[in-house]
Amino acid sequence: MAIVQLTISALPAHVRTARLMATAVARRAGIAESALDEVRLAVGEACSRAVEAHRVYCPEQPIQLKLIDSAGPPGASSARGRTVPSRVNGGDPGRFQVVISDRAPAKEPSDGAPFEPFPVDPDLAHLEMGSITPPGGVSGMSPDVGLAVIVGLADEVNIEPKTDGTVVTMSWPLNRGGSDDEAAAAG
Amino acid sequence: MDLKLDHHTQDDTEIVIVEGEIDVYTAPRLRELLIDLVNKGNFHLVVNMEKVEFLDSTGLGVLVGGLKRVRAHDGTLDLVCTQERILKIFRITGLTKVFGIYESVQEAIDKRKSK
Repeated sequence: MAIVQLTISALPAHVRTARLMATAVARRAGIAESALDEVRLAVGEACSRAVEAHRVYCPEQPIQLKLIDSAGPPGASSARGRTVPSRVNGGDPGRFQVVISDRAPAKEPSDGAPFEPFPVDPDLAHLEMGSITPPGGVSGMSPDVGLAVIVGLADEVNIEPKTDGTVVTMSWPLNRGGSDDEAAAAG
Repeated sequence: MDLKLDHHTQDDTEIVIVEGEIDVYTAPRLRELLIDLVNKGNFHLVVNMEKVEFLDSTGLGVLVGGLKRVRAHDGTLDLVCTQERILKIFRITGLTKVFGIYESVQEAIDKRKSK
């Protein structure tokens, strides 16, 4: 198992940094090329959400990203520590996992109901575009939209809203075949 | 790359050319441009996204915001996009039902004028 950790200030400019790093590490880990865009977008959404929430509640606090290549012999991740939440992937090796932790207070979205794809109303009445960003929202759009995108992109996802912050854990299966060339290309 | 914006008039339609990444950092610039265009009386917009390399929900929010503004004036905001990686986020969020998405600027203009 290999881990790359990144801590960023709650600044929009650093969301791109997080995206770039996550994509590079995912490519090196052996994620299928077709899934790299999903990783990039999902990490961007999670970080955008975290940055917006921090800007409202705790702008001085950093946001943490953990990029975990959990490939290895069966049971390796659980044997080496608790950095991989076993409930997310069942301790199953061979996955690339991203854990994004913020420190902004959060509540269970939608009373704990599972996230559904963004409900579309052609009259746009439910969209509050151009308005002031709500706490935890992303530039005027409901924070649930970003989370719905994450759910739509990640192969597995776990979102834990707590009073002292939210932990978004996402994972994708690794595709070790042909990863060497891709890793070399990532430089 | 960063966000690059340009615009010009074609067939009574304001064409907005977007190049680069639209995210939480750059999206405010696109929002300002759309607001400025609408405030100057441009109510039929086509946003050409063929050179967009990245789009997240923040960018979607700005586009929806622009759509709401032009609709308030009985206007239109259509998109030009053929990139699967960009279209995917529109599908996930269901926004393909909200925006007119075309393969070329001319197609978007022709479609609007034929309505």
